[in-house]
Amino acid sequence: MATRQTQFLARSLLTPAVGLLFIWMIVPLVLTIYFSTLHYSLLDPGSESFVGLENFRYFLTDPAFLASLQNTLVLVGSVLALTILLGIPLALLMDQPVIGRNFVRLMVIAPFFVMPTVSALVWKNLLMHPVSGLFAWLASLFGLTPIDWFNDVPLLAVILIVTWQWLPFATLILLTALQSLDEEQKEAAEMDGASAVSTFIYITLPHLARPITVVILIETIFLLTVFAEIFVTTGGGPGLQTTNIAFLIYSQALIQFDVGSASAGGLVAVVIANIVAFFLVRIVGRNLEA
Amino acid sequence: MGQITLQGVQKSFGPVHIIKGADLDIADGSFVVFVGPSGCGKTTLLRLIAGLEDVSGGKILIDGKNVVDTPPAKRGLSMVFQSYALYPHMSVRGNIGFGLKMAGLPKDEINRKVEAAAATLNLTPYLDRKPRELSGGQRQRVAIGRAIVREPKAFLFDEPLSNLDAALRVQMRIEVTRLQKQLGTTAIYVTHDQVEAMTMADKIVVLNGGKIEQYGSPLELYERPANLFVAGFIGSPKMNFVTGEPALQKGAATIGVRPEHLKIERDGGGGWQGTIAVAEHLGSDTFLYVDAGALGMLTARYIGELSLHAGDRVSLTPDPARIHRFDESGNALRS
Repeated sequence: MATRQTQFLARSLLTPAVGLLFIWMIVPLVLTIYFSTLHYSLLDPGSESFVGLENFRYFLTDPAFLASLQNTLVLVGSVLALTILLGIPLALLMDQPVIGRNFVRLMVIAPFFVMPTVSALVWKNLLMHPVSGLFAWLASLFGLTPIDWFNDVPLLAVILIVTWQWLPFATLILLTALQSLDEEQKEAAEMDGASAVSTFIYITLPHLARPITVVILIETIFLLTVFAEIFVTTGGGPGLQTTNIAFLIYSQALIQFDVGSASAGGLVAVVIANIVAFFLVRIVGRNLEA
Repeated sequence: MGQITLQGVQKSFGPVHIIKGADLDIADGSFVVFVGPSGCGKTTLLRLIAGLEDVSGGKILIDGKNVVDTPPAKRGLSMVFQSYALYPHMSVRGNIGFGLKMAGLPKDEINRKVEAAAATLNLTPYLDRKPRELSGGQRQRVAIGRAIVREPKAFLFDEPLSNLDAALRVQMRIEVTRLQKQLGTTAIYVTHDQVEAMTMADKIVVLNGGKIEQYGSPLELYERPANLFVAGFIGSPKMNFVTGEPALQKGAATIGVRPEHLKIERDGGGGWQGTIAVAEHLGSDTFLYVDAGALGMLTARYIGELSLHAGDRVSLTPDPARIHRFDESGNALRS
């Protein structure tokens, strides 16, 4: 790609794809910005009028906004922590040579292929149901009162479901990283007198720093937009206890039919995602260098 | 102290016997090189001594104590790996001091020892760098530093110089030898390079197919090889082997003559007649590859320049005092 001709050729061949992608991104963004400045209610079509930044003021001062922002951060943080804390030991176990290892790996990966809607339904009706769920049955087996997950601890219930879905992803990434750890390094540590625990702390864990970063960054992108699990199980409730930003925007647009306010919320969500990304890249991103 | 004795050490992976009973006595402070072709079991034997593999049979004694059930760290040995196996996220200081840290030494003592080791190896300016910021030779020295700082009973080297370029290899070869003599610590060094073996070793162990073919000083192996394998493996270029009539005259199945022990004369001399196929002129030496008809290809070496060229007829006369005789099974015949 050194000569002027090849550079020109490369650019002209890339242009259609880049241009299409650009339009693909810019049209919804511009429309959202446009809608966010309108009074635009679906209950009252034809009455659209320009209101400036009024929608933003309305969305940001809504008490539901702060509650849902908090829920979003708790949800993302908890799921990240759980998937990594559980993913590391799981990956270490799956790295051991055991009989039927391939089958075990397949089973561990399985939750990742279940649609969020389906897994939420399974958890809601088969596992966490206070009367007919498996957990209720287990609790009654020990003479305990079954937990009514979606009423008593709704956010925890959602966190558990989402963790279950994302644990395979974290495990897989960490497992492949473990397999790339140089065998001679472990042997050198063994010769240096490191115990299994010390080898893990001083050799394995630093080696996992980069894949952990990858897991955090990728999961954050998807966890900020968790929707189906909440919609299917709690519907954002009780009250606002499981409403996150994504669900709040949905409820503005399609429960309160206020498109203008929902568009403003969408733009706020973009800003929040960028703030999170900024801090993430500063905190963990340096692991990706060199 | 670092006297290592192997008694009937065996190792098999499933049905495959890698080491078929090795007996060896390594004196304290000596530099012993394991040399042999790929797959001869030399690295496996080293790993058995290190404790990274379990023996299938036999005993390994370090200072008279059987260590076959002792974990690697407790054997008091340290190892330099072929890939160096440096810890990539630790500085040079952290790498060298890791073993001491694991042994629970106080911080200032670790620092003192690490700095002393770094000074010996000229690594002081690099102590706070990461391995990836170092050149190949420097990484090599860090790996050696990690080995010496623990003051082990013996060093184990697993082909440590094979990743370096030729010039650096010669330099590191000298450095390692000098360091070992200076510290007086027993060293076991694995290589497939017989030049490394000849130049570094006090004693060489020649391995082939999981068996020790010969154990002796470099010159012993050169002058009195125990069998055809050792004769062919030690020395460069390889020894010439001649069978048939000339061998029978000497009362042997095969006779071997080193290239440097063939007297080269222009056509008409009294020795083996042949035509030069290739002549290599190095200035310091001249190597002649001679097609000697029924005797096969013979290699002859002349110290200095000899103006003979491909196609010239020559006659080669072996030095009668330096002919090696072997019986049918390949073992050396001593007169």
